[in-house]
Amino acid sequence: MSGTLDVIVRMVLTLALAMASASMLVWVERRLLAAFQDRYGPNRVGPFGLLQLVADSIKLFTKEDWTPPFADRVPFILAPTIIVATGLLSFAVVPFTAAGALVDLNIGVLYFLALSSLSVYSIMLAGMASNSKYSLLGAVRAAGQMISYELAMGLSVASVVALAGSFNLREIVAAQEGLPYVVLQPVAFLIFLIAGLAESKRSPFDLPEAENEIVAGYHTEYSSMKFAFFFLGEYLALVLFSSIATALFLGGGNGPWLPTIVWFAIKMAAIIYVFIWVRATFPRVRYDRLMAFGWKILVPVAILNLLVTGALVVARSAGG
Amino acid sequence: MQGLPSESTLANQSLWPLGVYALLVLAMLAAVVIISALIGPRHSARRRDLPYESGMPPTGTAALRFPVHFYVVALAFLIFDLEVAFLFAWAVAARDVGWLGYIELVVFIVMLLAGLVYLWAKGALDWGASPANAATPVAEEIDG
Repeated sequence: MSGTLDVIVRMVLTLALAMASASMLVWVERRLLAAFQDRYGPNRVGPFGLLQLVADSIKLFTKEDWTPPFADRVPFILAPTIIVATGLLSFAVVPFTAAGALVDLNIGVLYFLALSSLSVYSIMLAGMASNSKYSLLGAVRAAGQMISYELAMGLSVASVVALAGSFNLREIVAAQEGLPYVVLQPVAFLIFLIAGLAESKRSPFDLPEAENEIVAGYHTEYSSMKFAFFFLGEYLALVLFSSIATALFLGGGNGPWLPTIVWFAIKMAAIIYVFIWVRATFPRVRYDRLMAFGWKILVPVAILNLLVTGALVVARSAGG
Repeated sequence: MQGLPSESTLANQSLWPLGVYALLVLAMLAAVVIISALIGPRHSARRRDLPYESGMPPTGTAALRFPVHFYVVALAFLIFDLEVAFLFAWAVAARDVGWLGYIELVVFIVMLLAGLVYLWAKGALDWGASPANAATPVAEEIDG
């Protein structure tokens, strides 16, 4: 019985942590960008503007929920829920605490990659169902970009899997007890971060929603909470990629003195900070360069990295 | 490692928490969508039910033909992603299959790279018109 209770507590905790960190991130990002640009940012609602988040949610919640008459109703409503659902479901395998994740999947890494592939459907459905030109253009761009960078991401993760010999995120974290994989796999770490930026469609890879060419891309026709869901999904993806990067490369919650979850949060926050820093620093890239970079540089480098990693892994296990 | 349950209990842990968690997530999302649709105001106005096209009256259908490049990239992705799936199968068993497995991996990857080189040479990875390619045909057309 206590086992069931424990699972329910962890379930609620996972959901609450994911939602809270994703929505807090809106405020964190706005404040940080403001700091980078030497201005204040949101500081009116509540202490340090912390309640801005609440104000925004209430506003979005009570806006008119408009389903355009020219849209395909069912996929139009499904699309934003898919992106949030895939984001939230992925958190089930993130090993936040010492007790591991909500479910200790043997195929945790594959589960994460599969769900992040599924989120492409959300974007594509949104663009096709909206029946609007900007939406379609944004969706096609997003799909092309996401599938291209998924390849590089999968390959970079494969070298970590080869090192750890497991798909289980808890075991991968445990294998980094002495030395985090970022030391052994710096190239894979970089590729994972870049692919994570592109997968979550964040600046400098935010072409799908490049507001000065295609308005808002695939969510041009969305309003109210459905509109908010796309942003929630994007921030969930950001939290997710940084937490998976923490587990795969930075040794998860491993660390002296502090409890697991605190170490995990510190490492995750560091990666999120880098993501926001990148957004504040780099201009948007051109689409042809984005695709060329993904296919001509990231994929070959990731394959080479896998080959070298594989040789070292086999040599060490054969020697020892 | 301290504080972790032992290996055997973890292996026996069932998947029902994942199923319940999925239901919880879906129920929450459905509730949010429905509640926001119910409490939001509704109004209508002239020319409101049109797709947004920067304030201009929309022209034609939104079922545009998008560049065939996206299709080519999607095809290439399907093939390469499938191959990555095979690489995962090798990665998790890298130690067990040893050098023999590694040699097979190298053969496999060489074939994969050959595909990439072919795509590259065919120009499937070049988007839009590169200045070198774009200038010549147009100039020829003008001359002819």
